[in-house]
This record gives sequence, structure tokens and C-alpha cells, in this order.
Amino acid sequence: MSEPLVRVDDVARAYHARRGLFGRPVEVAAVDGVSFALGRGETLGIVGESGSGKSTTGRLVLGLEPTDRGGVVFDGAPMPKGGTAEWRRLRARMQMIFQDPLGALDRRLPIAEQIREPLDIHGVGDRLSRLDRVGDLLDRVGLGVDHGRRYPHELSGGQRQRAVLARALATTPDFLVCDEPISALDVSIQAQVVNLLVDLQAEFGLAMLFVSHDLRVVRQISRRVVVMYLGRIVEEGSADDLFATPVHPYTRALVSAAPTPGRRLVDRIVLGGDPPNPADRPTGCAFHPRCPVAEARCRVETPRLVDVGAGRRAACLLVAADATPNREAA
Amino acid sequence: MADLATAPTRRFGFALPKLPPAIALALVWVIAMIVIAVFADGIAPHGFTALDLKHRLAAPGEPTHLLGTDELGRDVLSRLVASIRISLLIAFGATLISALIGTTLGFLAAHFRGLVEQVVLMLADFQASMPFLIMALSVLAFFGNSLPLLIGLMGLYGWERYARIARGLAISAGSQGYAGAVRQLGASPSRIYGRHILPNIASTLIVSMTLVFPEVILMESGLSFLGLGVQPPMTSLGNMVGYGRDYLTRAPWIMLSPSATIVLTTLAVSILGDWLRDRLDPTLR
Repeated sequence: MSEPLVRVDDVARAYHARRGLFGRPVEVAAVDGVSFALGRGETLGIVGESGSGKSTTGRLVLGLEPTDRGGVVFDGAPMPKGGTAEWRRLRARMQMIFQDPLGALDRRLPIAEQIREPLDIHGVGDRLSRLDRVGDLLDRVGLGVDHGRRYPHELSGGQRQRAVLARALATTPDFLVCDEPISALDVSIQAQVVNLLVDLQAEFGLAMLFVSHDLRVVRQISRRVVVMYLGRIVEEGSADDLFATPVHPYTRALVSAAPTPGRRLVDRIVLGGDPPNPADRPTGCAFHPRCPVAEARCRVETPRLVDVGAGRRAACLLVAADATPNREAA
Repeated sequence: MADLATAPTRRFGFALPKLPPAIALALVWVIAMIVIAVFADGIAPHGFTALDLKHRLAAPGEPTHLLGTDELGRDVLSRLVASIRISLLIAFGATLISALIGTTLGFLAAHFRGLVEQVVLMLADFQASMPFLIMALSVLAFFGNSLPLLIGLMGLYGWERYARIARGLAISAGSQGYAGAVRQLGASPSRIYGRHILPNIASTLIVSMTLVFPEVILMESGLSFLGLGVQPPMTSLGNMVGYGRDYLTRAPWIMLSPSATIVLTTLAVSILGDWLRDRLDPTLR
């Protein structure tokens, strides 16, 4: 396999939080040693519950935030420091879709002008060709010229997200990070936007990092999926395998909780308790306080992400024990 | 949201007939003040220092002295016109200077964070905790008095409000809002701040300007009243009120006309500011 478009190597990012007026600052590891690779035209889904570090991962991959450790390699070159001129130039090749399209648009500028903005910034074409391009983009995402003259607050949620999409695609990027792009939309609109994303991805050959907590959407849109828990990857595999035969107990619980039409949730695994506080990470396997099959050693030993066959990786002591022979055989 | 019938005229929203009466009055008053300030020499019937000792303390209504005269027989109307020019010059100059300083420092704090932000916030706290009048008094006492110095000093008044507003709004726009999105598109900081953040927060800043503007007029009046502001023979609204105080019972017109001018002008500017804020917001149209 050729060099992947995006390679993420053991990135980590911690925030400092202070609890109480005179509390000591606590380090909160939002992302802790995440690695994955993404080829051209490929889609990787990241799922996890709130606070699992999936959005932070998306921002780290784009270089929007500095990494404390590890690095991101884009198209063979390390990611320049955020805010520098090279980093800004690279924005033409990598873009982001935000969760809240109204917040991501400048409410004082008409839609068409905002879609034209990346072309202005990166100096693509002359005035007339930019206007043509904006017309094409509007058309491509299913908006009319008339929508281009309107202000963001005059559009519906789905239309706004289409406008954000058109803006992101203006410079024909190679890589798109979608941070929960549909969770702020009505269910009836979600399907439209997802279908549009799938179509556009095929058309432009986009590599896509799709961050979401909606398992069904991730399954529909991604070829491979990464499951995150408390800033670490707990399982990785192709979307079909991972959802059909989840290996990690956390993934099993997630998959069992996703409703399927026509099937009652009889064998649902209900996790006890809240997701633990990232500032107060449990020892050993971070998932052990909620894990239905945890053993005594889960409390002390930290599992590493290991191959469990068929291009899948998981971070669970119990799974690793079962899979070790397979791995050595392979 | 307004109904469709008025929609076509929306584009020419600044056409006069649509103005509410209070706004129209305020606008007329402010424009009149500016015209008077610009053409002060042509409008004033007498020189504002010209003495007319035969008509000392004349009551308003005399054909040669419409608003009466003061204790030295100087024409109150002429002095009022000259005062409006000086007071407006100080108020406009000072408001613009403080808006410029405050917004720039606020943006710098929001952009660089860290040490720069700490320093700006510390300066803002220092400015806010220090009674401005005392600071102004000491500066004027040490450096003497001149009009440019007075304008520059007044330009320090209220900058911390703009700094706080600009910093807060820029940070919130940058962390999750449109500014973050535009940064992500590869825009340079000057583009982010000039083209996106500034127009978005301009309405808030303009409203603060209209709040600071009357305060500057009042501050200047206060300083002049204490004898530390505009020095005779130059005259300002506060200066007139200050010197007219001695004749409050015998010749109230000396200080009533400048007082009324202060009240009406500050009121008009506040009303206009409130109206402008609504007009400048496309989501409220």
C-alpha cells in the first residue's frame, strides 16, 4: 500500500483545569496516544461518547490545536505549526465541517460571499471565475443562486450545512474532517446531508474523517471505524466487521444500544454509571469500572492496542489474551 | 420579522420618511450641532470674547443679544456656539481615540493570549479602578493645559470597556464560531479581525461609543467647571456652566443654555446609538 494521505502518530493533548478557587491545576488528558492512518478517498469514522476526545482528535489532525506529543503527517510532510503561513496555505487542501453551521457562518455576509471566501484567501482564479465557481458549488450542494444572496439566518439548518459544505469544497481539498456534521440537524434533514456527503466524497475522491456519536451514520458512511474511550482508541476495524462482531466490551455495549428497526433490544448491555472524569482517570484499563466482564488485573494493567486479526485492533486484556496466538501465527 | 409589504423599501432603509419621530429629532439635533460646530464663525453674531459693558447681564430676548449676556457683557449665544465647537471637538476626538485604543488592545489580547492578555487586562483593571477625574487632575496639574493634551487625556477615558468587549467577543467568535471557521479556511489574522470580527462586533462597539460620548462631554464639563479643563478665553459648555454658577440666581440664562445643550446633545447621541445598533444588525432587519 502506498503512503497514506494522513498519518497520525501517537498524538496526545492535555488541558489544564483548576478545580475550586485554590485547587491545584489538574491535567486532563483529552487525547492520549492516538494513532491511525487514512488513505486517499478513504473514510474513517470516529465514534465515542461525550468527552472521549473524538472532536479534539479531529482538531489535532487538522493542526488547529498543537499536539503535546506525537505528530501528524499529511501527504508525506509533517503538519506545520498552527497559524503559520505554510499552515494557512495547507488549508486549501484540508477542510472542516462543523457541528453548528449557524455558528460557523458569518451572519453579516451573504452565503455566496462566504463560499467565495476560501477562493479569495488562497487566490484561486480571477473575479469572474470565482463567481462561476460559487455558482457551481451552490448547484452541487443543492442550493440555488437565490440562496447565495441570502444571509445565514434566512436559511434552514440543512441549507446552512450545505452552504458550509460548499465553502469547504471550494478549493477542492483532499481531506475533510466532519465534526458531528449532522447532530445539530433534524432527523429528516440528516439523511439528505449524509447522502450529499457520500456523493461528494465519491465525486471529489475525498479522504474523510467522520466524527460522530451516531453509530448508524458512521456505519453507513465509513469504511473503517475507530472507537474511542477517554482519549484512547479501544477498538479499530472495518465498519462491517466491527459492528457485526464487536470485540471490545465497550464496543459491544455501544453496538447493543443502537436500535435496529424490527428488532427488540433484548440483549442490550446496559453500562452502569457515567463516563468517568477524564481528570481522574481510573488505573489500569480506563473502562474497568463500567466493564461487565472486568477482572482483577484490569484494575492494574493498562491494555495496549494490539492486532486481533483481520485488520482489526483492540485494547482489552481479555481480548488480547485470546488473540495472542493468532497474532503470532499471522 | 416585518411583513412582506414593506420588504421592497427595505433596501433604502435609511430614507428619511421611515424614521421614527424620536430618532428623526435626535438626528436633526446632532446634525444641527455638527453644522454649528463647523460653521461657528459664520453663525455667531458677535465675537465670543467681545465685551459689551453697557449691556452686562442683559436678559434673553434683546434684539442684539438673543440669549442675553454674561457678567462682562459677552453675548451668550456667541459663546454657546463657540463652546459647542470646542466641546464636540473634544468629545468626538476623545471617543474615537479611546475606541481605537481599546479595540486594538482587546484584539491583541484575544489574538496573542498569554502574557499580552494579562498585561492588557491588568491595564484595564487599573484604568477601571482609578477615578478618572483624579488621574486627569494630576496630569493637567503636571503638564499644564492645552487642547491637544486635553483631547488626548480624554481619549484614555473608557478605553477599557472597548478592550474588554473586543477581547471577549473575539475570543468567543474564535473558539467555536465564525472566526474559528474562517481561520480554518486559511485566512490571515488581519482578514479575520478586519473583515469578520470587527463588522460583527461593530454594533456593540458603536453602542459603547454612544455611551462614552456623553460621559466625555460631562467629564469635560466637570473638568472645565473645576477650572482645569478648557481655559479662558477659550470656552466650552462645561466652562460656561462653571463660570455661570456665580450668577445662578441673578442671571440663570448664562448657565441654562449650555446646560440644556449638554443634556439634549447627550440624549440625542444615546438615542441615535440605540437606533444604529438595531439598524446595523442584519438579523434584526
